[in-house]
Amino acid sequence: MSTPDLSVEQLDKRFADHVAVDRLSFAVERGSFFSILGPSGCGKTTLLRMIAGFTVPDSGDIRIGDRSMRAVAPNRRPVNMVFQHLALFPMMSVGENVGFGLARRGVAKAERARRAAAMLERVGLGGAAHKRVDELSGGQRQRVAIARSLVLEPTLLLLDEPLGALDLKLREHMKIELKQLQAAFGTTFVYITHDQSEALVLSDHVAVMNHGRFEQIGTPQQLYYEPATPFVAGFVGANNRIAGRALGVDAELVELVTPQGWKVRARRSGSIAAGEQVAAFVRPEVASIEREAGQLPPHMTRHAGEVQSLLFDGANSAVLIVEQQTRFEFRVALPQTGRLADLTPGAAVFFGFDPQRAICFSAPDGAGGGHA
Amino acid sequence: MPETVAAASWQRRMMLAVLLTPALLWLFALIILPHIDLALLSLRERIAPRTYVASLTQYRTFFAEPLYWGVFVRTAILSALATALTLLVAFPVAWIIAKVARGRASSLLFVLCLIPFWVSETVRALGWLILLRESGVLPTLLVRLGITAVPVELLYHNATILVGLIYTSLLFMVVPLVSSLESLDNSLIEAAYNLGGSGPSILRQIVIPHAAPGITSGCIVVFMLTLGNYLTPNLLGGKNSQWFTELIYTQFIVRFNWEQGAAFGFLLLALSTGMVALGLRISGQRFVDVMRRA
Repeated sequence: MSTPDLSVEQLDKRFADHVAVDRLSFAVERGSFFSILGPSGCGKTTLLRMIAGFTVPDSGDIRIGDRSMRAVAPNRRPVNMVFQHLALFPMMSVGENVGFGLARRGVAKAERARRAAAMLERVGLGGAAHKRVDELSGGQRQRVAIARSLVLEPTLLLLDEPLGALDLKLREHMKIELKQLQAAFGTTFVYITHDQSEALVLSDHVAVMNHGRFEQIGTPQQLYYEPATPFVAGFVGANNRIAGRALGVDAELVELVTPQGWKVRARRSGSIAAGEQVAAFVRPEVASIEREAGQLPPHMTRHAGEVQSLLFDGANSAVLIVEQQTRFEFRVALPQTGRLADLTPGAAVFFGFDPQRAICFSAPDGAGGGHA
Repeated sequence: MPETVAAASWQRRMMLAVLLTPALLWLFALIILPHIDLALLSLRERIAPRTYVASLTQYRTFFAEPLYWGVFVRTAILSALATALTLLVAFPVAWIIAKVARGRASSLLFVLCLIPFWVSETVRALGWLILLRESGVLPTLLVRLGITAVPVELLYHNATILVGLIYTSLLFMVVPLVSSLESLDNSLIEAAYNLGGSGPSILRQIVIPHAAPGITSGCIVVFMLTLGNYLTPNLLGGKNSQWFTELIYTQFIVRFNWEQGAAFGFLLLALSTGMVALGLRISGQRFVDVMRRA
């Protein structure tokens, strides 16, 4: 691995009443797409602002391209930022927006115009230099904001939830575009978002942040299939969270019982002692649903339930089932074949899941949130 | 149902007319009517008691008499200077109120700008007299501190008039500036820093272009108020303040020469209109946009 483009060491920031960033250390590899994913208020914006230099850390160090940023002013850092609402300058044309940073570096006017036009060409906005910012669509503005930063060839590009203001269709489209731009330029991107789908689709590595700390750093696949903490399991992807007390623990599996008395089994993660408070997580697509108990695959646990509601969402369709005895709400993905599409609320069904593909954590204070 | 639609639109038009009537009446009775009368007055000459003929003598007199147009030009220059200085003083104040101070502190600063206006302009001007006259607070203090040997007269200078005018106008500059600076998105400033901008370049390229309508509207209001001010130049400048409004006053009240006074009034109107048009032309603003922001 080459020297990281960004390394953060023991970074700490406290505001009057809470800890925003709590002794955080991490490194971001050169040329990678790194996302910081967390709920609002987790400290991700503060972290990004400290990297950009707008907020001064209480302690710790930020190194960009192996240079400490401790005494470097925000306008002298090799870092550019795409702001949440883009912050394009409405008083300037598109070309002047892209040329702004070059002008500040003393690049001559003709050269500036040439480089701005070339950059606009690269992001697919050739010939838009003379346009006014408000003549552009949301997606085009997005590209201008990125072009305005990348024309300065920064070591690091910071992106502060730039897709948040776009409508769903455009957001999906811009996700793909962002990933392609990053691949084309090879610049290291640090992207913050509260939208797990953005983080999973775009990133090489994702850090899940909560209360000023990283719960887990990993590839999107690691976060999804091997969550390290109950918080990650609850936050990344949809999950059924079953909280209860551990009844029995063996080498692999934990049997737990919910306060209402529903017993389930799940794979153990970390050390768990019998009697401890635990939380198990089962993804909707891991569970199966059938009309007859016998139709469920043999390695699955079997539970009787009743359909509460159908949540039709195309490929993400699911059924909300309540367990017969304990009325526990459980979400199961509908088979893609449309085989069970005629289920109606109130129908009696059987459902189950492979305990090996469910995961159980120790959760002493009920940590880990609910359904995500 | 075309009748109902027609009736509804007629009703709406009547409503609009009723609502606009007071404003139109005010405009007509207090602005247009007196100005028509003044225009007619200014365009006639008295050749014998109660005998008048149409003539341009009043305007000719103005250009023929160096004192008159000298005062006219002096008033224009000092007013423009006072406007520019008011802008320089008000901008940092407005910046602090709009961008630096938060919540209560911001409101408090705004109220501090407003408080002097609870006192009448006359009393405020007299306050300056107490401070600045030869036996006043400031000259005495200067002697005590050993800066001057004898008390100096600080009144009746051009600078004194300017200080008084700036003080009187400050609020009218601060208000439009605060509102235009408040609407400036902080992230634009941060983005400019992030792209390598420095304080002066951001002020020049981001802040001032954004605040331009507020700056222009503040300048128009302050310039008009200053140009038409009578009390402050008269009290702080003394007998020799040579402010154009004083000439108008003299013609109307002292000389009882309404014709000449009316002509002066129109010249002042032409001056303020011309200067505002020039200001708008230089700053590339449109009057309607500017007034919307004020």
